[in-house]
This record gives sequence, structure tokens and C-alpha cells, in this order.
Amino acid sequence: MEEKKPKKRVHMREQVPQVRARNFMEVPYGYTPEEAVEEASRCLSCLNPSCTKGCPVAVDIPSFIKLMKEGKFIEAAWKIKEENALPAVCGRVCPQEIQCESLCLLGKKGEPVAIGNLERFVADYEREKGEIQIPEKPKPTGRKIAIIGSGPGGLTCAADLIKSGHQVTLFEALHKPGGVLMYGIPEFRLPKAIVEKEVDYIKKLGVEVVVNAVIGKLYSFDELFNEYGSDACFIATGAGLPMFLGIPGENLNGIYSANEFLTRANLMKAYLFPEYDTPIKRGKKVAVFGGGNVAMDAARVALRLGAEKVYLIYRRSEDEMPARKAEIHHAHEEGIEFMLLTNPTRFIDDGKGNVCAVECIKMELGEPDQSGRKNPIPIKGSEFQIEIDVGIPALGTRSNPLLVSTLPDLKLNKRGYIMAEEETGMTSKLGVFAGGDIVTGSATVILAMGAGRKAAKAINEYLKWKYWDTRSLSN
Amino acid sequence: MFKIVKKEELSELVTSFEIEAKDIAKKAKAGNFFVLKIHEEGERIPLTIADFDTERGTITTVFQKVGKTTHHLGTLNEGDSISDVIGPLGRHSHIEKFGKVVCVGGGVGIAPIYPIARALKEAGNAVISIIGARAKNLIFWEDKMQRVSDELIITTDDGSYGRKAVVTVPLDELLRENNDIQLIYAIGPAIMMKFVCKTTEKYNVKTIVSLNSIMVDATGMCGACRINVGGKTQFACVDGPEFDGHKVDFDLLMSRQRMYIDEEKVSFERYKKKRGFNTLWKRKNQKRECI
Repeated sequence: MEEKKPKKRVHMREQVPQVRARNFMEVPYGYTPEEAVEEASRCLSCLNPSCTKGCPVAVDIPSFIKLMKEGKFIEAAWKIKEENALPAVCGRVCPQEIQCESLCLLGKKGEPVAIGNLERFVADYEREKGEIQIPEKPKPTGRKIAIIGSGPGGLTCAADLIKSGHQVTLFEALHKPGGVLMYGIPEFRLPKAIVEKEVDYIKKLGVEVVVNAVIGKLYSFDELFNEYGSDACFIATGAGLPMFLGIPGENLNGIYSANEFLTRANLMKAYLFPEYDTPIKRGKKVAVFGGGNVAMDAARVALRLGAEKVYLIYRRSEDEMPARKAEIHHAHEEGIEFMLLTNPTRFIDDGKGNVCAVECIKMELGEPDQSGRKNPIPIKGSEFQIEIDVGIPALGTRSNPLLVSTLPDLKLNKRGYIMAEEETGMTSKLGVFAGGDIVTGSATVILAMGAGRKAAKAINEYLKWKYWDTRSLSN
Repeated sequence: MFKIVKKEELSELVTSFEIEAKDIAKKAKAGNFFVLKIHEEGERIPLTIADFDTERGTITTVFQKVGKTTHHLGTLNEGDSISDVIGPLGRHSHIEKFGKVVCVGGGVGIAPIYPIARALKEAGNAVISIIGARAKNLIFWEDKMQRVSDELIITTDDGSYGRKAVVTVPLDELLRENNDIQLIYAIGPAIMMKFVCKTTEKYNVKTIVSLNSIMVDATGMCGACRINVGGKTQFACVDGPEFDGHKVDFDLLMSRQRMYIDEEKVSFERYKKKRGFNTLWKRKNQKRECI
């Protein structure tokens, strides 16, 4: 087996597009054990592997793949978990094509090893076999850490710090832990049962999870330090406030922020209405505005809710779309109609307060802007209308001031995000660290996890001395 | 889980719960609200914090049975628990000594106006309160309101109790006769708040309203509750729920409150069938209004 290196990547079987576009079940079926071994065997076991360098949490990729080649799937899962507490999540939602897989030697000539698929397989295998290993509890240090936000950044930071022997409490504002993994990413991309299992694992490590706790409202930040007695704190609240287009008619019924649309569908399970109480408009003709992962998710949810037509309206061309390639590909396959170089100008009222159409204008690409992407310019007189009954701006988020506004001594940048040192997450307030979208603005699950990891390391350093030179953050 | 320690039927459609929520009670202030979710399949709905008791560690809410969730809530009893209670949310009322103020509470809006009237009274204001409802059986907390008001006016649409009028009639009279009224607080159905604002606008008296939009997370994340205030989109959950009533686009608010009217019907009908509601119940509620 060792010598035979199949050139082609083992394709992961998926539900056929026409079928899956009408259900909320996961799109790929996952590998069989045989397929997993076959794919793992493609790994060249390079002497000087670079894949790990592409991983924000530095998973020891060659080692876990080696264990897989030997059929030691459980051991492979444990190997990943040394660095990554959420492998079943990462195997599904990481943009591997720009991270680990982009550095795979095989990718230079053909297709890189499907590292994401392999990670997903072993994580699922471990979970299904019920052989979840809980590492031995380290000696308690007597230190207390409060983590605000139980999304990927908070969960990762919590898992790392509990392994160092600290007492860790995760505070979550919603009624279920998981943050964007629960409310944002749809069931068919990341089944909620899997998120729950991953959170369970973090709890089993000894992390206390407090839901329904809106920090800044229920507990003040000072209370976390003084009454609750935290030695350090990690803020990972996510970005929060949805952005709208700022065009007329945006408050008509039927217009949702992507955040709202996805929260209803995912966290509140509105796709099961009326079995679940939360309603959602099942649009017949739906337009989603934006080109990121969230836009793809919203479009594909709308389709699964029964839409006849889903338009994805984006003002640049497909090359500039920030979404993962796989998501764009899936959206195409399922029949989402891409209307590129198109920008909405206003929503039209049906006379009863509901949206009935959107007016758009055609765009052309000009010179590159600050982001390096070509700047779209409207073409005069090219306006046209499309009939819609649901419209979903998916334009990203702004900083949610709910928590930071209660912390006047925490330095924010111009956009309202927390200023934190990149390598440590340290903020201008002693003992307070921050990471994820509340620092960077909308980004990815794995980058938030990377920030959680770095902050955990920094917090451990900080706890040794309870001192930190914060001068680097003064202007 | 959050235990209901006291239940009171204030009228056939209006119920009050005292809920054990120690930490929320500690932080709650007049003007705040909270969100609850009854059980796993439930929706998140915002409700008012009508009272709070730090010592008992409880918050009190008052709700009107309108659709499925509120009817279901009404079937819970003392000792039962609610799965999720989240709060206190929203900005609290800005209380100071203004002088003479009028507090207007309409229907179930009597509940949230109470802690505000009390806070205003405690701050040394002269408080005139107007509470109104469709009929006598929907008026509640008269004694509580009496205690925190220098003057209390009660109105009913049908004249079955107090004065036969809508709340804006005595309000208009008060404003005409007293030119020293500094501030109006009005909470109730959107249509009532709209007309209160129309009335007070004539006299140029600042009017604060508390808006009850549809919400999901109620922490600023989803934007379901967005409204238009002074030409700008605002989120009722984090920018409010209190706003300068003269700047609020009430028609948009009312339109957005009706967004799920069809779905609400489906959900409620299904619930009634499941629980076997009888025809007597239907007859009683024929005139039920949707707020």
C-alpha cells in the first residue's frame, strides 16, 4: 500500500445537487474508512512538511495522516486534538485551499491531499465510536479565567487554558453555546448535533459554560474581575451588528440581514416551523446581496426553504468573491443564479409594506481599490428590476458596542473594533485579551480559533507575572 | 431553568409572573426588558420587566395572551420553569427630576410604565398617570399606579370603568391646562403611542415611547427590530427600546409588527388544536386585538 500513490484525490461523495437543494441534511456524506486510508496514503510524508505552517492552530498534520495510513483513526483524532479542540468543525468549514492544502507538495502538480476531508473523517469516526478521550486533568493552578463569547475563538481559548490547569468559565449571550457555529453556519454545512458534541467535549475538559449571560448587561466587566475573581479575561464576542445596504426600502417586510435570516433558520430552527415556534418567510423569489461565505449560506438556506429562484447579487465579478471556492461551487451546482457586476439601488413596496421587487444597476470594474480588488463603478442608465419577495443583504458586520461601550478604558480602532496585539491578543486594559471578529472584523472560524490559541498562550505568560507592558498599544 | 414563583391573572387575557432570576433582578432598572424562551422548540420573545425585587431575587413581567407563545406561557403555573430568561436588555430609562411629568400606559403597557412612574416619583417629580384599556377587565395595577402617582386618571374605550375615552383625551386636557408639563412617557400599543405623540407634538412637550418590535437575539446581532427614528435606522433592542416619540415612524413599526401575521395564525391554530381549546374560548376572544 505504501508504494502505491493514487494520483487522483479521493472524492467525497455528496448528495446530488437537485436533491440536497431541498433538504437541510449535510451535503457531503464523508469518507468510508477505506476511502480515508486511500486518501491518507496519497500523503508523501515529506521530510520537511509545510502543510502545518498553513494551519492557524498548527495541527501536526503529517503525524495524524501517518496514523490514518495505519488505520489508527482514533489515535489520529487524538493527535489533532492536541492542537485543535474542534476538528469536526474545522474539517468542514476551514478554507483549507488557502491554508494547509495550499502548501501541500502534491498540489504543485496535481491535487493536494484532502487534509480537511481527512480531519473531518477522523473526528466523526472518534465521535461515532464514542471513544472520546478526555485528557487527564492537570494540577489546578487556582487561577480563574473568564471568557466572553463561546464561538470558535472562545471555545479554543477555553480548551487550551483548562489544559493548563486554570478554572475557566465561558459566558454566552445566547441560549446555546457555539456562537457562529450555532447561529450562523447552516445545518447542511455543519450539523448542529456536531457542534453540540464539540461543546460537550470542552465541557468534559472541565470548562464551565454559562448561557444567557449578556456581559455588559447581566454582569459588568468589573464584576467578572472583582466579584467573580477572574485573573484574566478573553473577549471573543464576534463582530455583531449587521450592515445594511443603506438604500430606500430596506426596512420593508421581507428584508432580512443575513444574520437574522441565518439565526432564525439555524439557531431557532425556523426551517422546522411550525414544529419550532420561530417563523421565517419562505420566499418564492429571493435575492441575496454579497459574495462571502455568509451570502452563500443565506442563498442556499433560502433555496432549501422552498424558493423557486434564488439570485446572488454581487457588485464585482466571481473572481473577487471572498467566499470559499467550495461554497461558490456548491451554490452554482444547486442552481443559485449569480448576477455579477450588479448592485441594488432600492427595494420596492407592494403597497402593503412588503418588498415586491429590487431595482439594480449594472456595474463595471475600474481600478483596484485599497483592498486590491477592482473597484466596481455603476453604468449609467442600466437600471432594471427583479421581482422578489425576500431580500437578504449579506454585507458583513460592524462592531457591536454592547460590551465595549461599558469599557471606556479599552482602546478601540476607528471602526470600533478592539485594539489588540496580533501575536498575543493583549488589549490596552491589563489582564484583558481579545481575539476573533471583535478585533479583526468579519473573518473565518479558523482565524478566530487561531486568535483564541494565541491568547491562551499569552494569558499563561501573563499569569506568571501579572504584568504586561501595554505601551505598544498606546498611540 | 427559571422558576415561576408567583402567578396572577390580572384579567382574562393579562397574566403576571414573578420569575426567579437573581442576577437579572440585581441589575434591572426601569425601562429594561428581557427575552424568554419557554422550551427547546420555543421562540425568543421580548417582554417587559414590570418590576424587580433584589431581595427576593425576582423579576415580574406582565403579558397579554395574543398568540401561541403567550398563550402557552399563560398555561404555566407557580413552580413551573422557563427554559431561558435573558436580560436585563435595552437601555434603561433616563430618570431625573424634570418637574411635572405625565406617564401614559395603555393596555398591557400599564405594566412597563409602572416602574418608570415609580422611579420618576422617587426622583422627586410630580407624576400624573393615565392608564387606559378597552374595557374594565383589562385594567390592572390601579393600586400600584395610585401609589406612585400624584394623580391617576383611568380611561376605558367602552366606558365600563373610569372615563369613557381613549388616553389621548385626558392627556390633551392636561396639556392644555398645565403649561408646566416637562415630559411625557407613553407605553402601549404602537397605535396608541402614535396618537399620544400626535397630541403632545402640538404642545411641543418631549415624549418618550418604548417600542415593542419583533426581536430575535435582542442584543443587536440580527436587526429584526429595526425602526426608523428621525430618518435613521435604529435597533430597538440596543439603541432603545425608548426613543423620542416625535421622531419615530410608527407606521413602519406597525407594519413590521405585522410581518409574521400569517405564520402566527398557523402556529396558534395548530397549538389550539393540540391543546383542544373549546368554542367557549373562541367566543370569548372574538374581539381580540392584535398588538
